Amino acid sequence: MKHVLAALVENKPAVLSRIINLFSRRGFNIESAAVGETEDPKISRLTVVVGGDDKVLEQVTKQLNKLIDVIKVSDLSSGDMTGRGLALIKVSVDRETMGEIIEISDIFRTKIIDVSPKSLIIEVTGTEEKIRAFIDLMRRFGIKEMAQTGLIALARGAKATTIKKEG
Amino acid sequence: MKKIGTAIILESLMEEGVEVVFGIPGGVLIPLYDEFYDSKIRHILMRHEQAAAHAADGYARASGRVGVCIATSGPGATNLVTGLATAYMDSIPVVALTGQVPTTLIGNDAFQEANITGITFSVTKHNYLVTDVKELQNTLREAFYIASTGRPGPVLVDLPKDVQTAETDYKKDIKINLPGYKPTYGGHPKQIKRAADLIISAERPVIIAGGGTIISGADEELRELSELVMIPVTTTLMGKGAFPEDHPLSLGMLGMHGTRYANYSVMNSDLVIAVGGRFSDRVTGKIESFAADAKIIHIDIDPAEIGKNVRVDLPIVGDAKNILSSITNEIKIQIKKEKTKDWLAKVKRWREEYPLSFEESGETVKPQYIIKELYEATKGEAIIVTEVGQNQMWAAQYYLCNRPRRFISSGGLGTMGYGLPAAIGAKVAKPDEMVFDISGDGSFQMNCQELATAVQNDIPVKVAVLNNGYLGMVRQWQELFYERRYSGTKLGYLPDLVKFAEAYGAFGTRVTRKSEVRSAIEEAIETDKPAIIDFRIEEEENVFPMVPAGAPLDEIIGGN
Repeated sequence: MKHVLAALVENKPAVLSRIINLFSRRGFNIESAAVGETEDPKISRLTVVVGGDDKVLEQVTKQLNKLIDVIKVSDLSSGDMTGRGLALIKVSVDRETMGEIIEISDIFRTKIIDVSPKSLIIEVTGTEEKIRAFIDLMRRFGIKEMAQTGLIALARGAKATTIKKEG
Repeated sequence: MKKIGTAIILESLMEEGVEVVFGIPGGVLIPLYDEFYDSKIRHILMRHEQAAAHAADGYARASGRVGVCIATSGPGATNLVTGLATAYMDSIPVVALTGQVPTTLIGNDAFQEANITGITFSVTKHNYLVTDVKELQNTLREAFYIASTGRPGPVLVDLPKDVQTAETDYKKDIKINLPGYKPTYGGHPKQIKRAADLIISAERPVIIAGGGTIISGADEELRELSELVMIPVTTTLMGKGAFPEDHPLSLGMLGMHGTRYANYSVMNSDLVIAVGGRFSDRVTGKIESFAADAKIIHIDIDPAEIGKNVRVDLPIVGDAKNILSSITNEIKIQIKKEKTKDWLAKVKRWREEYPLSFEESGETVKPQYIIKELYEATKGEAIIVTEVGQNQMWAAQYYLCNRPRRFISSGGLGTMGYGLPAAIGAKVAKPDEMVFDISGDGSFQMNCQELATAVQNDIPVKVAVLNNGYLGMVRQWQELFYERRYSGTKLGYLPDLVKFAEAYGAFGTRVTRKSEVRSAIEEAIETDKPAIIDFRIEEEENVFPMVPAGAPLDEIIGGN
């Protein structure tokens, strides 16, 4: 069972290493983690995809909350959420395969961001499933190298993971 | 008003009410130590940084205040790690100040540089590297606040040399801003009501009091609840002293080396009320069979402890003192007495049938006998500090403890070498109390250099070394589970402890016969000096009763 957690954390040095250290120390199985600044530059948002049953999820949430720099944690997968990742894939090409690769890329609405006689770099964004499907299709052409972000996600609708302003 | 970093540190320590620190200076700490030279804060020079952390920890456990230790960069800081881990596992408020190389050199593998914040992530509640003197005052305030509130724990503040010597404004009044840190103190009223209902309707209830009961200062509230409903109370090692052990409702300690009657009571109960404990494997035995017929109420200030190890039917997050008194008030409205009468009769039969016992000897010296004599000689009024292993378990079994903060032991981490420095810290916190470190010959040698600290600073702690020539607890397991193959456990050589004591300027005596036990203890008590008693005990005496690791709590071997 996979869960997507969003954590608002103080944008301070070493926060990410505290979190990663916690995951490894407690033996949590993290599939991906992505972090970046929020609308408030003092706050960063971390999205983690974690595998495990409800008990594991409860511990991950509670242990994250215990870190002083972690302000709020929510389980996005418990409600309706929308998540996206991004991958950059460098694929081998020749005259014969060029057309087919571009065709598939169009179907997936990707962007080709670099072209050379022997390779293309394709940028694909979307859900984890879409990215995985695209990568699988590219394999037979030969993937030279590849980089992926972790999943980032927001809850659908007006509901938001934010910090209550006090006073 | 402008001040330099070191002056801000001292000023902040004074504002936090710190009277004493335990430390060792070093190259990058010379500016800070220069400040201590004419400060009102007492600095106790230790002989090893690990001992400085343990002393701060012992001070905190005995006093309930934050203990402070200081170490220099690099090896000084890394030497603190075991002490911080010890304090972390047992939720002890300690603030560690470490020197660091100047910010301009950090990351360059400078002389005596270590990434101590990185190293201590997992053994501190929080830690800081101060890179700007403007953040120094706030950081120190936060460090003390975090260490001492919620579930307490150690906090480390790393202080680069150039931050110590830089100048900034010292503010009279600063506010703490920690949006991610809001401990819960009051229990949820609905949960409290439910707990009261469960307790009233229970027929075979038992309370397990852990270290959190002591930290919270909830001993009186615990006693009130127990007496109101007539619920027997067992404590964990960390909870020893939370409930008077000579009370008729006391079951003593539970767990691996707990009393049979405590373990049987828990296993046969229909309601476990756990207060400020974390259901460690040493307490539960085989987790699947732990109190299988009981509902479990778990009261703890740390929500992450709830449901971590055992299934919990009713969690209450908050401070034990508040919650216990709310539950008691709730019960008072509707109590029907005598509900536990049959249960208490059953518990009483277990108690009579399976008392703690050991085989009396002729003239050889039994460790259990020593502890009993020590209890008599000190009228049960000494602060007992222990090392780890057999000595610790015999002390826990035979030295009854009636008040909180008088039994000090490394429970979670199980740190050998903890006892002597922690005893020094406890004695500094409570100079008018008798402080006894119950030790083994293995543990004693792990921090025996601290005898110098005790003598130099006139801290007359007493050490009872239960000397059996072995790393006794491991030897016991080898005897029971590894066909007596004593691999690596025979210590074989130990310096003459009487001469050792005398060489350090302390008092030393040796006991080889049962008849000498009492007089040696009395001699050690009478001397003004730190004292060591070398008790030559029976080499292969075992700690019983015992629940083998991983076995159900009621599958008990030994001790009748």
